[in-house]
Amino acid sequence: MLKRLMLACAGLPFMASLAHAEGGIDQAISDIVGPIVNPIVSTVFYSVPVFGTQFPLIVGWLVIAAVVFTVYFGFIQFRGFGHSISLVKGDYLDPNDAGEVTPFQALATALSGTVGLGNIAGVGVAVYLGGPGATFWMILAGLLGMASKFTECILGVHYRNEYEDGTVSGGPMYYLSKGLSENGKATLGKFLAIFFSICCIGGALGGGNMFQANQSFAQISSIIPFFEGKGWLFGLIMAALVGVVIIGGIKSIAKVTEKIVPGMAILYVGAALIIILMNFSAIPDAVSAIFTGAFAPTAVAGGVVGALIQGFKRAAFSNEAGIGSASIAHSAVQTKHPVTEGYVALLEPFIDTVVICTMTSLVIVITGSWVPDSGVTGIALTSKAFEASFSGFGYVLAIAAVLFAFSTMISWSYYGLKAWTYMFGEGKTKELVFKFIFCVFVVIGASMSLGPVIDFSDAMIFAMAIANIIGLYMLMPKVKALLADYQEKLASGEIKKIKK
Amino acid sequence: MSDLYIVGVHNPEHASRTVDFAVSLAKKSGAALHFVQVIEWSPYSFHTPEELAQRHKRRDEEISRALAIVQPIADKANASGMTATCEVHHGHAGEILCEIAKDKKADQIIIGRTGSSSLTQRLLGGLAITLAQISPVPITIVP
Repeated sequence: MLKRLMLACAGLPFMASLAHAEGGIDQAISDIVGPIVNPIVSTVFYSVPVFGTQFPLIVGWLVIAAVVFTVYFGFIQFRGFGHSISLVKGDYLDPNDAGEVTPFQALATALSGTVGLGNIAGVGVAVYLGGPGATFWMILAGLLGMASKFTECILGVHYRNEYEDGTVSGGPMYYLSKGLSENGKATLGKFLAIFFSICCIGGALGGGNMFQANQSFAQISSIIPFFEGKGWLFGLIMAALVGVVIIGGIKSIAKVTEKIVPGMAILYVGAALIIILMNFSAIPDAVSAIFTGAFAPTAVAGGVVGALIQGFKRAAFSNEAGIGSASIAHSAVQTKHPVTEGYVALLEPFIDTVVICTMTSLVIVITGSWVPDSGVTGIALTSKAFEASFSGFGYVLAIAAVLFAFSTMISWSYYGLKAWTYMFGEGKTKELVFKFIFCVFVVIGASMSLGPVIDFSDAMIFAMAIANIIGLYMLMPKVKALLADYQEKLASGEIKKIKK
Repeated sequence: MSDLYIVGVHNPEHASRTVDFAVSLAKKSGAALHFVQVIEWSPYSFHTPEELAQRHKRRDEEISRALAIVQPIADKANASGMTATCEVHHGHAGEILCEIAKDKKADQIIIGRTGSSSLTQRLLGGLAITLAQISPVPITIVP
């Protein structure tokens, strides 16, 4: 098997050079994949005209769900925020559980899957298309999304599979099938679980892979001219590195990334804060631009709704609340009560969207880098904004982009794999097949122009939310019961802080 | 109640001198021994999702590997007519040894200082220095 794999890998560059000779592999791949993904995209993003602008129903689907969970759980994301911090700090950790997965570790791992290019490039796209006002809607969507994440992560832990060998598998496919079968809707549960798994595999290959490869390539090729037009080469290098980790099982590369990524995130937020403080006098104008832009935008296609859609879309794409992906990572935590993981998980959209995404868009707005219809969008816009204050920051951003992309790919390869094994069963060969496909998509992602890639990524990730949210609605009374039980135990002192 | 010594155990080769010293000391004073092996672990380290999923399994493996080292040491001491117990714990060696010493109201902590390589030396040196600063009870470092 390994030999066959290596042969296939060896064949890739050859195929690449062949297509290159005939007018560019990048174009060739774009031409082949474009027509396949376009129908998928238009189905998922079926839009209806609202006040003269196209409103994708799926965005409304996510936001309505977030509002419902927020109200249903009594604004848990605000009431429970302090408790969340306390849990992550380890105040409730039983010393006898030392060595198990801690809430902090589950949060950090889930974050390394969500904090990615969405925070750098995605925000650039949102502000370019939606104007400064998109920031307001993005923050709002982030705050609401915390309730969705709360709900899905509790279910993830409650319905996870714990195998005899001590490993665990959890996530929407498990709570959809097990949870709904408890409700007497086993067939629907099974159908939704499979639908989710198919979309999850697509999302893993799209947003978790191609989008990451594409945007980090865009940044690298802008600072290293050698790579210009050689997306396939960059893709092959990335694919090789990803392959070494996920197929070769070489943990050391992942370990290094996992250590550098948090540092990078701090560096990124720190640089953004410095830029914001350097332009201290411009803050009132920027804040007013964000508020005016949110309710009465100018130079934005679709006006208020245009800004709102862009903000909501990017927030959802970045923090993945309601999508169900993070539930897979959070399921591994050691806890005596599934509700603790909900509290921990609600910090994820907060850190990802309310903190990091907002920093990016503030920098773009404050430095006045946003020029409507200029064509400067995505990571190029973010890069331009940072460069305006720190020349040479483009290099830092390029490194951050590649590392974020890499860690996001590693996380999503796992989410995709879990969905894959849910459908096809566990087994070394089956897993290898998926991992190989995953690597091939790295190359495809780096080679395509942004349009088809970003659309396909969006489509697949959002499609996961269709099945996931139906399940969340049906299972939310269960979550409420679990929450009531937890709060009772907290009040009675059965669950209490461990004194150190 | 007799005295209790906490003995920090690392790998069997380097631990033997420490164990021998602790045993002979305990025999003289009639103290009980508690052998501890700490598996270095931080609640704030980063893992890939795959590692998270396997964490529980790995933890069990780590514990049984460590027990395979300390259990025979305790058994041997018991067989020679002493009172000896053992435990394995995840965490930072310095903190864990101090916590156990406090919980068990131990009279001293005995650890080894072995210099097999510069890295090991640094790690153990680190442990000795940590204990020197935070230990609630006297420490004996066996060279």
